[in-house]
Formats: sequence, structure tokens, C-alpha cells
Amino acid sequence: MTGARRLKLQVFRVVVLLLAGAFFLVPIGAMFEFSTRGVGDNAARTLSSWKQIFDYPDLIAGIVASLQLAAITSLVMLALLVPTMVWVRLKLPKLSRVIELICLLPLTIPAIVLVVGLWPIYQWMGNNFSDSILTLSFAYIILVLPYAYRALDAGLSAIDVKTLSEASRSLGAGWFTVMWRIIVPNIRSAILNASFLSVALVLGEYTIAQNLLYPNLQVEIVSLGRTNAGVSIAVAVASLLFAFLLLVLLSFFNRGPGRLRLKDLQQVMRSVKA
Amino acid sequence: MGGRRLSLDWIGAVPFLAYVTVFLGLPTIIITVGSLAGEGGPTLSNFANLSRPYIVSATINSITLSAVTAVAGAILGALVAYAIATGNPQGLLRRIATSACGVLAQFGGVTLAFAFIATIGPAGFVYLWMSQHHFDIYANGIWLYELRGLELVYLYFQIPLMVLVFLPAVDGIKPQWREATESLGGGTWHYWRYIAGPLLAPAFLGATLLLFANAFSAYATAAALVNQGGPVLPLQISNAITSEVGLHEPGFAKAQAVTMIVIVALVTVLYSLLQRRTARWLR
Repeated sequence: MTGARRLKLQVFRVVVLLLAGAFFLVPIGAMFEFSTRGVGDNAARTLSSWKQIFDYPDLIAGIVASLQLAAITSLVMLALLVPTMVWVRLKLPKLSRVIELICLLPLTIPAIVLVVGLWPIYQWMGNNFSDSILTLSFAYIILVLPYAYRALDAGLSAIDVKTLSEASRSLGAGWFTVMWRIIVPNIRSAILNASFLSVALVLGEYTIAQNLLYPNLQVEIVSLGRTNAGVSIAVAVASLLFAFLLLVLLSFFNRGPGRLRLKDLQQVMRSVKA
Repeated sequence: MGGRRLSLDWIGAVPFLAYVTVFLGLPTIIITVGSLAGEGGPTLSNFANLSRPYIVSATINSITLSAVTAVAGAILGALVAYAIATGNPQGLLRRIATSACGVLAQFGGVTLAFAFIATIGPAGFVYLWMSQHHFDIYANGIWLYELRGLELVYLYFQIPLMVLVFLPAVDGIKPQWREATESLGGGTWHYWRYIAGPLLAPAFLGATLLLFANAFSAYATAAALVNQGGPVLPLQISNAITSEVGLHEPGFAKAQAVTMIVIVALVTVLYSLLQRRTARWLR
């Protein structure tokens, strides 16, 4: 690369990244600014909006509900998806395209559309089963399927599921041991990946909760925004930063594409014998 | 003993399939069947109701909003993606930028609305600062809560999505191609016009379509920003589910939902066709 062109490229990069940085950071900074305003003109900066978060029981209930939903959604998603994906790889390879298609389908069905179809189902569930806000996790598992599937698929493709499981089966391991002590430890970072994405998605979810009339975190933020904008903006920016932190952490856990290494096989031998 | 045909292996896939049948398949069936159901049997009258003026204008608004933000988001996002891709692939900048894009593109619907209210809303500090300097962006009325406002706010998640989906394509560009162009006597213009441009075009078009579908299905930002009326289709669907009028015509929301599915599905099919074309040289 010639010197002049490198300079031009550097100038281009700096200009674009600075402009993009400003466009994306100013609104987030503005939320901090707004949430630390005092009352009246020229009032001193105050953290009272942040402290007041705890004075709104509905908001706290929304936060708690969203955290519970995030935990339930991640766990059930993993329990449903990991064994199925492993099993399909081992025994039903013909089904793998179908499973992939099903998992990616929610990307083409907007949440607002899904809600139209979920409405009668949730009415029925509310009358016959439970109308707890936690039932939202049934819908959220569908919402996170595409992201979770991609993360887990990347993890499972990086290891040789078939060889690993045949090796442990031939050493006398049952299916439970294969799953729990061979496969799961080997796709740990993919599992983490899938769970973090699910948590972030559930914490930010508004469409389904609002239309099914369940007050989760985001619904409470919007309704509080009409009376006390300072507090609701404080919570909104906090939840955004939390999701951002999760994803930055995630980027450090992600290793490059792996392959079956001697170490993995040795680990198989060890854990089966233990 | 039983041979392959009697294998019971498929039982392992039953829990998953049962789950998606109930919570993904059933809703889809409810929508499709419901959109064709009337009081006296199958009917197309639910779809005829889509010609009501406010639905027509919401649909047109939705398509315009999605197209404008898709094209603008794609162009700006592509520039950002190129700026990121030409840096250190393992660097902190790229890590933070992609994580931030992930958050902004997918998880912030409501928050984005609030972010812009805090920035250029009537009490936002950028607006206050600008009006102190005799520059009133709301001289002709507050447009933040209208379609023009939605266009600006939607860019806030369209650009990051573009960066995420376009980055792999930009990463696929090899410096050797540039060198080959130069050794054949070509300059920067030739390189972009005849080499990189045509190679990136399918990925760019595909990503634009994805952005269109993304904006078209977005609900949370619009719902949090627009307080009354339903200028876009997702808001109309929400009205039709929850309002009194809507409850009298259960098929109406479903007909609108079918319209959305058809449009998004069309766009997605085009997208995956273009994606396949891109994948041919990316590997």
C-alpha cells in the first residue's frame, strides 16, 4: 500500500468512526444527562432519579419479572435445544435442515404478528392454566430460537460430536453422561453465548409483553415515562448498558473456530473413567 | 432386529417439535385460518377491510419508512463496516463496535425512543442548546413523534444491523485483489468500479432487504415514541388486537398480520437468494 493511500484510508476511518461514534454516543449521553437533572433552571446535578427507582414498586416488580423471565427462558431454551441438536446430529442427520429452518423461522415472523396468533392461546392459558407473567417465557423461547440456534450450532460444528460420543459410548458411558460430561463441557462457550443473547433479548422485549398486557420491565419503563421521565430514562439506560456489558463479556469468551484436539479426547477418557 | 425402518430414534426430536408446534405452528395456523374466518364461514371480507383509508395509509407509511431507513441505513452502515474492517481484526475497537451494534440492532426498541426524547425532544439537551443558539429544528412543529422522527430513530438500529450483516462481506475482500488491480495498471476508481463494487453488490442489496424487513416489523420504538394514532402498520395491528373495535372483528388483526407475513417473507426469500450468491465467493 502506498503512503498516500494509507493516509487517505486513515483519514476516512477516523472521520467515519468519529461521526458514527457521535451519532450513537450522544443520545446515550443525553439519557445520562436527562436522568441526572435537578428540578428547576440551573439546578445542580443530582442522582435523585436513580435513587427514586426503588420508590416505584411497579417498576421493581417489572424488573424482577424480566430477570426471572430471562433466567427461565435461557434455561428452558438450553434444555430444549441442546439435547435435540445433539441427538439430530447423531441419529437424525436428515432432520437437521428442518430443525434449522424451524429455528430461523421466527426471524421472518415479526413479533407483532406472532402476538396476534398468541393472543387466543394466552387467553386459554390464562383461564385454564395460569395467568402469571412468567408464562411469557413460552413465547420468549420462540423469540430467542434463531439466536440461540446459531450460537449453539457454531459450538457444535466446532467439535466432532459423533466421534466424541462414540468414543465415550465405547468406554461404557450412558447417554446422560455423554450429554452432561462430554458434550456440554465442550460447547461451554456456545452455551454461554446462547444464554447471554437470550438474556439480553428478554430484558429488552416490549412488543409481546405489552400486547398480551403483561407489565414487564420495558412496559413499566414506558408507562412510567408518562409520569416521571427522569426515573424511566435512568432505568432504560441502565438496562441498555447491562445488555451491552453482557455482549462485550461474550466477545471475550468467544474463541476462534476450534476442531477436535487431542486434549478433547483425553478429556473424554478422563471424564468417562472418573 | 427391527431394521432401520422401525428405528425409534425420532422420539428424541419429539419434545422440541411438540414445543414449536404449540407456540410457533399453532399461532401461525390461528392467524392464517382466522384471517379467512367470518361469522357465516370462510370469507375474504377481512382482507377487503384492509382497504380502509387508515390501513392503506399506514401500509404506505410503513413501506416508505422501511425503504428510506433501509437505503440510508445500508449506505451509512456500509461505510462504518468498511472503517471497522480496515482496522485490527482482534482490536478492542472492533470488539466494542460489534458488541454495541449487537445491542443497538436487536435489544433496545423502547430505550432508543427514550434516548432520542432525551436528546432532541422538546426538553432534550441538544435541542435546548440549539434553540439557545437560535436554531429551532421544530420551527414547523415537533416532528420527533411523527414519521420523520421515526425515520431518524430507526436509523439508530438500522445502521448497527447493517454493520453486523455487512462486516463479513467486507472482511472477505482480499488485499491481493487490490494489488492485482494495481499490477494491471488500475487505480482506485477501477478497483471499486470493476472489482470490489460488483463483488460486494449482492451482499449490499441483500443486507438492504434485510434492513427493510427489520424496519417493517419493528414495533417497540414506534409504540414508545408515537403516543396516539397509528401511522404505521404494526401500531394498527396492536390497535386491532387490543381495542374494543378490534375485538369485534377478530379477523381484522389477522388479515393485517397475514399482509405483514407475506411482505416480510417475500423480502426474506430475495435476501437469502442474494446471500447464497454472496456465499459463493466468500469462502
